[in-house]
Order: sequence, then C-alpha cells, then structure tokens
Amino acid sequence: MIYTQSPLAIGLFIAFVLFVLGLSFYLARRTTSAAGYYAAGGNIHWFTNGIAFAGDYLSAASFLGICGMIATAGFDGWMYSIGYLAGWMVALFLVAEPMKRLGKYTFTDALDSKFNSKSIQLMAAISTLAVSVFYLIPQMVGAGVLVQPLLGMPHWVGVCIVGVVVTIIVATAGMASTTYVQFFKGALLLICSTALVGLVLFRGLGTDPNQGGSKDYHQFLTLNANVVAGSLQVDGYQVVAGLDSEFGQAGFVKLAKDGLETVWHLQESPAGGYTLTEAMYVTEMADGTKLYNGAPKEDGKFFAVGHIKEITVDGQEIAQTGAVGPFAYLNRFKDSTVVLWGKKYVKVGDTTTTIFYQKPTPGSRILRPGLKFKVDNATGTEKFNFISLMLALFCGTAALPHILIRYYTVPSQAAARKSTIVGIAAIGFFYILTLYLGLGAMTNGVINITDNNMSAPLLALSFGVVLFAVISSLAFATVLGTVSGLIVASAGAVAHDLMDNFLGMNMTEKGKVMAGKVSAMVIGAIAIYLGIIFEGMNVSFLVGWAFAVAASANLPAILMILFWKKTTAQGVAASILIGLTSALGLILVSPDMWVRYGLLPQDAPVAFNSPAAISIPASFIALVLVSLVTQKKGALVEEGAEA
Amino acid sequence: MGHGPAVKLGKDNAAGYKARIGISMFIVYTLTYFGFVVINATNPALMEKVYFGQTLAVLYGFFLIIFAFVLAIIYNHFCTAAEARLN
Repeated sequence: MIYTQSPLAIGLFIAFVLFVLGLSFYLARRTTSAAGYYAAGGNIHWFTNGIAFAGDYLSAASFLGICGMIATAGFDGWMYSIGYLAGWMVALFLVAEPMKRLGKYTFTDALDSKFNSKSIQLMAAISTLAVSVFYLIPQMVGAGVLVQPLLGMPHWVGVCIVGVVVTIIVATAGMASTTYVQFFKGALLLICSTALVGLVLFRGLGTDPNQGGSKDYHQFLTLNANVVAGSLQVDGYQVVAGLDSEFGQAGFVKLAKDGLETVWHLQESPAGGYTLTEAMYVTEMADGTKLYNGAPKEDGKFFAVGHIKEITVDGQEIAQTGAVGPFAYLNRFKDSTVVLWGKKYVKVGDTTTTIFYQKPTPGSRILRPGLKFKVDNATGTEKFNFISLMLALFCGTAALPHILIRYYTVPSQAAARKSTIVGIAAIGFFYILTLYLGLGAMTNGVINITDNNMSAPLLALSFGVVLFAVISSLAFATVLGTVSGLIVASAGAVAHDLMDNFLGMNMTEKGKVMAGKVSAMVIGAIAIYLGIIFEGMNVSFLVGWAFAVAASANLPAILMILFWKKTTAQGVAASILIGLTSALGLILVSPDMWVRYGLLPQDAPVAFNSPAAISIPASFIALVLVSLVTQKKGALVEEGAEA
Repeated sequence: MGHGPAVKLGKDNAAGYKARIGISMFIVYTLTYFGFVVINATNPALMEKVYFGQTLAVLYGFFLIIFAFVLAIIYNHFCTAAEARLN
C-alpha cells in the first residue's frame, strides 16, 4: 500500500544472501574442531570482533524497532538506545576480562569453571536457551515484517527464509562464519546509516515533506462544523456517525463524500461549533477483513505520515530550513511543531475501528521524555515501571549469552577488552545516528502508522530506491546475523552444556561439532515456528523482556562469582533459578500479557510490565542466602579474591 | 570434561589492578546513568529546559554515549600500562 517491490532491491537481497552462504561454505572447510565451531578457534582479531559485537548487538530491535519508536514517540525511543549502550559499561568494566579468563566455549563454562557442578550446568544451559529463544522471536518476526515490502511475500515466507539460511550458515561453519558475517554487516550498517543521516541533514526540515519533490504528501484537511438542532452539519459532507454515536463519544465523527467515508477528530472551536481535523482509520470486521481508510489495502487510500506543522527560526516562521548541521538540526526541530499521531479504538457491534488522529506537538516536548513512558504526574507504579525497564536495559547486555560467547573468539584478555571498546564506539555512534534516523522519518512523510518498524528503510526509500534496496538488505542481514549468533549460543547450551557436560555423553571432537550442528537445526526449526505464530507482535516489546530475563537469570550469578568469595555452586544455581522464574512469572502476569490473553490490562495481578527491579534483587538475595547456608558443602570461589 | 579458556592464557598479574579500576569506573558511570533515569522519572519537565540550544534530555543523552566511550579509552589506557608493567 505504502511501498511497492523493486527488482533492484530483490536482486541485491538475493546477491547478499548468496554472498553470506558462499562465505559460510568457504569458512566451513576450516572448521573441524569444537573450539573452531563454538569459538572460531579463539583467533579472531580484536578489531574484527569489536565490529562483530556491533553486528551482533545492532539487531532488528535497534535498527528497526528503535528508529520506529523514535519516529512515533521521540526521545522515549532514544532512551532505549541510551540504556542499551550503558549496558556495555557493565560488560567492559566488570565482565569482559574475567569471562575470557574463566570460560571455554559457552557462558555456562565460565559460571561452572570453579565448581564443575551439575546443577549449575543444568540451570545455566536452561537460562541460555530461555534468553536466546526470547531474543529469537522478535528477530524472526522482524524478518517477516521486512520481506513484505522488500519481496512482496507474506510474513511466514520471510521467517522461513531467515530460518533456513541461518540454520545452513550455523550448521556448516559455526562461530567463525558468524563472526565474519557480523563484521561485514556491522561495518556496512554503520557506513550506510551515516550516509542516510548525511542525506537527512542535507535535506533539512520542511513543512511539506514531498521527499525532495519526488512524491506528493497527502494534504490533511481541516473543516469547520456547526451544530444545528442538536446534529452536526458540515458543508459538502454527509454525517455518517455524529456526536451521539460511538465515534462521537470517543471524540470523532465519520463523514461521507463521493461515496468515500472519512473519520475526523472533533475539537471544540473557540469561536463556537467544532473544528474537524482529518484522521486515518483501519476497520476490522468480525471475519478478520481489514479496510484501510474505508478501502482494501491495495487501493492505496491509506497514507504514509510524518510532517511538521510549523518551523520557527529566530521568531520567524519558515517553510524550509535547507541543509543544516547535526546540532542545528536538533535546534530547529526543538523550535518546530511536529504532527504526531494518537491512537484510539471504537467498537461498533463486531467491528473494531482503530483511529489514528493528529496531535500537533512542540519539538521541545518531543525531545524530552514522556510521550511513550508515563513520567509526568505519574503514579508510583508508573515510575517503578520506567525505572525497572531502564534497569533491565542497563543490566541485560552483559548477561546476553550470544554476546558473552563472543569473548571466547579472541586470543587474550586484552583483546577481549579492546574488542569491547571497539564495540562501544561503533554501537554508540550508531545510537547517535538512530536519533536522526527516527526524527528524519518523523518529519519526512514516510511512517506507516500501523507498523512503525519499517520507518528507517522507508526513510531511505524517500532518497531513492537504491538506498532503500541497500538498507533493506542490510536490515535483513541484521536479522540473519543476530539469529546466527543466538542459534550458536543455543546450540552450545544444548550440545556442549547439556549433552557433553551435564549428561556426561562421551563424545569425540567430531561428535561434539555434529551435536552442535544438529542442535542448531532443531533450534532453527523451533525459531521458524515461533516467528510465524508471533506475527504482529511488537519487536522491541519482546527484546525488552529478553533483557529483563537475561539480567535477572545471569547477571547476579556472573557478578557474584567474580566478586564475592563466599559464592557456592548451590547459590549460583538458586540465583539462576529464582531470577529466571521470577522474571518469566512476572512477565506472564503483566498487564501487557493480559492484553495478549484478550483480557483487560487493569485486571492483571501486577500493575507493571517490566520485572527487572524485582527479579534482579530476588536473584541476588537467593544467591547470598543459599551460599551462606551451603558454605561448608559448597566450594568457595577463589577467583573472586583474585579479581 | 575440561573447563578453562578456549586458548591458553598466561598468568595475568595485572588482573587485580584492572578489576579495581574497572569497579571504580563502573560506579562513576552507573551514578551518571542513574542520575539521568532519576531526573526522567521524578522531574521530566527539567529535561525540556534548553542549554546551549538543546534540551537537557538531548544533551544528557549525548553525554552518556560520549562519556561511555571516553571512560572506555581511559580504562584501556590504564589496563594496557598495567599489563606492560606487571606481566
């Protein structure tokens, strides 16, 4: 509806996938040992590994989710960027070098390095699997979202393509291939995103987002209406649903002209009567049929949105700023009034109408928190929810198994540290770019308001199909790379931690690699299945939860092993168990999950969505209490004393 | 089943020193980050105030990202020097 398929984009996409597969097969010939499969032989250069960190970390959530969230909610979306980056400081200062010193192939190895405890092996492997699967779902859903505009294929095809390609990559070459693919993708993502931001700054800000003159932006109308004998009257329009209808009670009216029904946002006019501003709407019938602005999707009646209402520079209203620098861009944006879009639901019988209405908002309000997170005049629970989310983002990074295993691909502790710093530089730079990409999408008339995940690629499309093709292929590669890393981590948890260590299956080097490959294929199939059944779920929504689960289950155990001498094996296992179950349990009874069960969010047993502020302390407390109780039975951690 | 590093690592005499400065820098950054979170949660209107032509929210966000990189460089400098001195 908003985008059409381009042969160039399809060609580039296919070329990229073939290149990745070719690289994978080439590297596969060099991988014969378990160390080669799980840790690329431990001989990746720190700079390559650092950019690969960025490739791993800048997943669908970062590139698609954050840009989309900034495009619709401003600064609140960028807070995800800030939180994700801050998490790297935990990784660098506390975790990077000790993890390298302790581990062999997987995160479980590091936890278990001093104990050789069956309970740690089991719990850490389950935790790795749980976090990886949580993280896999949004990546697969992101792949499905991407292929619709890129290839014109349904969601499930995208999920299957990613699943099959990644499973082939991982099942053939393991960590070496994954690292080089991530390096390649991470570097290209940074270069292309920088170019795109350069173009956004060169275009500047304007009140008519006609994409450099290449595409007309829909002119949203404003009408005046009067009330005569209790009923609304609008010149030239017939009132279909007036003030007394369900629409009227929600603050909207439905009008008709030339056989086309339109929905308008109702506001009382200071001069008497009403001012009506044009809205957009999606109608979902009882049989699941959807109409966009009263017509099927293919009719193109539903418009891309995102425009500035007023730009003021030095007290003067202007239509176009022209090319501006990065700080001047934010400064001009701050002094502008931008039209954001609110959302309301109106239910009439079996038909649900989702209405998107204009909300002119000062730029200075967009460039501060509060549009997505309720922080103004917030209740204690709302503030708790916000702080808990920011805590999860801060603590989650250093506990993500697919990030932790990357420490085993470099030859030394110094290389682990240096690659983390390269990762921080690359990721921090990219997160600065996300602010411009999001604000660029917000003001260039490219947002598909029903699914903001595609904002960054569609911003690229406004500069031409070539850039769109490149950015979309990269976004797809982003998903491919992240899913590869997650499947290697999951395969390691099953084949190395569970089969080899926990169950004590005596396998040869070749047998271990084979077990990893078979595990990768099974997990790949599970990921494909989950990606299909979770279609339509918000990408960043699940990633936030994955961070909360990782931070609760893994981080307390990692930190206490490193820094508390009295930690015991039983304490570590209890910490993972309590962290994992409390985080998952609180998520399952949260208001957001209640909505997904088809229930009212206010009926949920807990009033907050982010569990980290409860589950992380619970995990720490469990570790301390159980360690103290089991002092004589458990082995003490000598490493903590050294560190 | 053997545990331990994927590659053989020599003894690192600087490990204790590096851990200590890592913890100090972690505390500094954590306080800076939680200052940002606390202002957002308790006084979000303050974040709309303009300094040097930008909102405080944008300035603080940029600062957190750049500060992370600067601290990382300083940390690496001290660690590399300690490794050269002690190993």
